[in-house]
Amino acid sequence: MHMADALLAPAVAATMYVASTSTAGASIFQIRKEDKLLPEPDTRRLPTMAVMSALVFAGQMVNYTIPGTGSSGHLCGGMMLTCLVGPWAAFLSMIAVLAVQCLFFADGGLMALGANAWNMAFYGCFVGYFLIYRPIMRSKLFAKKEKKVADRMKLTMAAILGCVITLQLGAFSVVLETSLSGITDLPFGAFLALMQPIHLAIGLIEGLVTTAVLLFVYEARPEMLKDLQEVSQAKAKTGFGTTILILAIVTVVIGGGVSLLASSNPDGLEWSLFGNAEAGYSANMGLDEEDYGVQSSIAEAAAGVQEKTALLPDYAFAGDEENPLGTTTSGIVGAGMVAALIAVITVVGNLFRRKKATN
Amino acid sequence: MDAIHEMASGSSPIHRLSPGAKLLLTVSFIMIVLSFPKYQLTGLFFFVLFPVIGYQVAGIPVSTCFRKLWVVLPLVCAVGIFNPFFDRKILAVIAGVKISGGVISMLSLMLKGIFCLMASFLLVATTTIEEICAALRKIHCPKMLTALLLLTFRYVHVLLEEVSLMTDAYHLRAPHQKGIHHSAWGSFLGQLILRTADRGSMLYESMILRGFHGEFLYAENKKYSRLSWLVAGFVLLLMIGARLVDLTALLGSLL
Repeated sequence: MHMADALLAPAVAATMYVASTSTAGASIFQIRKEDKLLPEPDTRRLPTMAVMSALVFAGQMVNYTIPGTGSSGHLCGGMMLTCLVGPWAAFLSMIAVLAVQCLFFADGGLMALGANAWNMAFYGCFVGYFLIYRPIMRSKLFAKKEKKVADRMKLTMAAILGCVITLQLGAFSVVLETSLSGITDLPFGAFLALMQPIHLAIGLIEGLVTTAVLLFVYEARPEMLKDLQEVSQAKAKTGFGTTILILAIVTVVIGGGVSLLASSNPDGLEWSLFGNAEAGYSANMGLDEEDYGVQSSIAEAAAGVQEKTALLPDYAFAGDEENPLGTTTSGIVGAGMVAALIAVITVVGNLFRRKKATN
Repeated sequence: MDAIHEMASGSSPIHRLSPGAKLLLTVSFIMIVLSFPKYQLTGLFFFVLFPVIGYQVAGIPVSTCFRKLWVVLPLVCAVGIFNPFFDRKILAVIAGVKISGGVISMLSLMLKGIFCLMASFLLVATTTIEEICAALRKIHCPKMLTALLLLTFRYVHVLLEEVSLMTDAYHLRAPHQKGIHHSAWGSFLGQLILRTADRGSMLYESMILRGFHGEFLYAENKKYSRLSWLVAGFVLLLMIGARLVDLTALLGSLL
């Protein structure tokens, strides 16, 4: 789900940076506030956060292929972090993970860090915690069963639901940000149809992994799952009804929002119908582009906006309709010269290095 | 990761630049590269010179970047792969071959991706994570965030060590088994978390005992070049100039 720098327009990247940094600021403020309430400083918090970041980092390095789609995905880890260290700390941990990834592995760009933090961390940490995990853990679901069994069932439900929903939201944001940037010409609907099903599968797998981890932690060290403790100490505040209501609202908002957008762009649906599922999505893209690709209203609108706002330079390819060859040739010749310059610089650099090595 | 860290502790002129200046240059380079309109391929191409010269001055072969990051290269290059299908407006004819807008925008997207990749790799190949964190701290990035970044980077090693310990132990107990049985995946992962968390907090406590509190105070300041900010300003001006004037086309028209 990592977005590259080149995918984002500077304006979108900057907006997402503002959104993510203010969330990070709020998280730090919250953690400090919580710390002040403690009788002595919590020395275990930072290392636990860092260890969890390291784990999520390693987990995100493992890409798995989704059969039939020809695409790959990776675990996101936001939900797991949230359950184990709380939403505020989890958000900061995810930022650390994404920063190390973009700096050392070029996975996701430096400019796209804000957007990546939003897509992968915000939904998993805050939506996942406040709207899914906490309501479910505090609810009286499965109250008739033995407490331990009920807890386990609630954990499973929260983990799977949380992973699926937050990944869908994240994937939707990726599509939205890319379309708003207007850099790729892939129509909104087609992109959506490409992203959402893939991330449904990833969400399910991630949900299972998260469940396995949480259940183990529940058995081995239940004090790490703070919400369970709070429930047993303070009486559950939210009833079953509220939980169902919140979940229903979330479902309606997500489902309604997505289907509205999808139906206003019928090409995505048609495209997925006409597409050859066995050949994989990437093969479809080449087949139907003439009929379906161009019709996307959003892509056209975005392209229109970009045409108006972009500075069309004099020497660029775009402006020279009258004399296409004139400036194009000088561009190509210039590019050749730059390439030659690169070669010279590299050769000279290599010579210097060799000299240094022999000395 | 170790190799990158080793590279970062070199002593070329680029290594000696102050980390803050390097951070500023990298971020502005990426921003300027990204600000190019999608059809302006020639002006963009000139920007390859900045990282290439940077790598040479730093004494790091450019190929290292691509060798280390080959995994993400296809991702970077695939970003605009569908553009030629959607954007078929013919923008140029070169020797009878019609070049559509899609092809040009795809190429410029790929170049942008590769340039950004080269720039950020140059930053980490010439700056250690401690230096980056210290620079971030200097621009008042919260202590919690920089300490977390540093610890995450270090704990990846702790985690990997625990993984190898645990897999060794597992294989000694199950000698004829390939990999780890799927029934043990959950508990394996859980164990891994608990063990690493314990070891991590022990390490952290010993760091605290030795005086770590999230700040970067060195008894001896590493000597950074005094010209750092001057060089950074000069290169920044060059970049802005290259953004405003299409130097590639200019070079070509000289011939």
